[in-house]
Amino acid sequence: MSSVSRLQMVRAVCAKDLRIEQRSKVLTSQIMPFALVTLVLFAFALDGDAILERTAPGLVWLAMLFSSMIIVQRSFAVETADGALDALRVAGADMSAVFWGKCFALIVQLIILEVVLIVGAIVMYGIDLRISGLVLLVTSSISATCGLSAVSTIYAGLASGVRGRESLLPLLVLPVASPVLIGATRAAEAAFGAGGTVVSEGWPWLGLLSVFAVVFSFGGSLVFGPLIDD
Amino acid sequence: MTLDPPSTVSTTSRRGTATAATRVLGVLTIVMIGWLGVFGLLLSPADRDQGDAVRIMYVHVPSVWLAYLAFIVTALASAVHLFGKSHSMQADRVAGASAEIGVVFMAVTLVTGMLWGRITWGVYWQWDARLTTTALLFISYIGYLAVRGLEGSRSQRARRSAIVGLLAVLEVPLVHWSVRLWRSLHQEATVLGTDLDVSLDGLMLFSLFVGVVAFTLLFLWLLLHRSRVLTMIDLSAETGLDAALAQRRAEGGVTA
Repeated sequence: MSSVSRLQMVRAVCAKDLRIEQRSKVLTSQIMPFALVTLVLFAFALDGDAILERTAPGLVWLAMLFSSMIIVQRSFAVETADGALDALRVAGADMSAVFWGKCFALIVQLIILEVVLIVGAIVMYGIDLRISGLVLLVTSSISATCGLSAVSTIYAGLASGVRGRESLLPLLVLPVASPVLIGATRAAEAAFGAGGTVVSEGWPWLGLLSVFAVVFSFGGSLVFGPLIDD
Repeated sequence: MTLDPPSTVSTTSRRGTATAATRVLGVLTIVMIGWLGVFGLLLSPADRDQGDAVRIMYVHVPSVWLAYLAFIVTALASAVHLFGKSHSMQADRVAGASAEIGVVFMAVTLVTGMLWGRITWGVYWQWDARLTTTALLFISYIGYLAVRGLEGSRSQRARRSAIVGLLAVLEVPLVHWSVRLWRSLHQEATVLGTDLDVSLDGLMLFSLFVGVVAFTLLFLWLLLHRSRVLTMIDLSAETGLDAALAQRRAEGGVTA
């Protein structure tokens, strides 16, 4: 029916989301400051340099999870506000392509946020990142982000356009995302060498994170259509 | 045995969700729970190490069995709704009723488990894979019930909750795997020993068996009643306004 291929559709949706973000600058003007404030508040709550250095990976990923909830809410708020999702459906868009597009846009935003948070933790919590740990940190963060984006996109699609979605989304996503938190935190711990861990201890977690990302992204592309289609 | 509420409900003043079959089932359930009380509290011996605390197990183990059974039924009924040709609303109601029962008994499992843990291990909570997975599963199904409570049409609700019900099945092995991997790196926490390493004697095992049978009957009984109640709620949402209008008109002597 349409001459637009699936891949073009994915790219179009992703580019649209990133363009909206680029113009509104919510990520840089609101979400990043929020994430950094969270890091500062953790430091107040856990007074003590040694504790902060030890718990830095967990704190970074907690700040990441909480901030991601806001980004995800927003990613779907822009769709439902003007009935944009309905318009996409009327246009005959393949919903799984929409899922992948939104998911990729989310991955890009979350990775930017991660870089900021990790740099923030290096500066504020005094962790030192070894070169040998850098590869582990990058690969584990990317797979964790893919998993987190997929799960968030599924549930945000489900909760989009309903009253009370702000409080519902964390309730749905956070328990499911707990393997991501565990895996990403432990891998980052190994990368930072927090608590005397060595880099090699971090690699098994990459397996978990990858399986999680694959399961939920393919699951998401399957169920996203029926979820939105009503 | 049908899941539909008895047809007399809408036509006579007798309100209820019982049929002859559920009454028999109810009586059987009560008898079995009575038996469980007799076996669990009186006949079965106290454990050599755990003392009388072992009796908590006669409620704990059957509840966890019931909760998992309920979640499996929810997943199956969700699949029937989602992939079945007719997108059966009855399957959706069974899924919802089963999840509600599962959440209640998951709470019973967690509370009895914590009480037992406090007596046996000295702590209420331990971060082992089984406990943590159970707790996260409990929260996930609270989320599932929240999704069922969302606004929207009934078919929307059914489809959304069916998908959430099926995603929860994906979640369980992943959460369990991750927590197990996590704990395996922290050996010091498993010193207390989380395996239920109890040598069960014959009578204890039999008491547990009685408990499992009693709770399975209880689940069936609750499921039948609860899904009938949900059917009635849906029916009343459909016909409630019409019936109320007709009643008001009749009061005023107006014919529609």
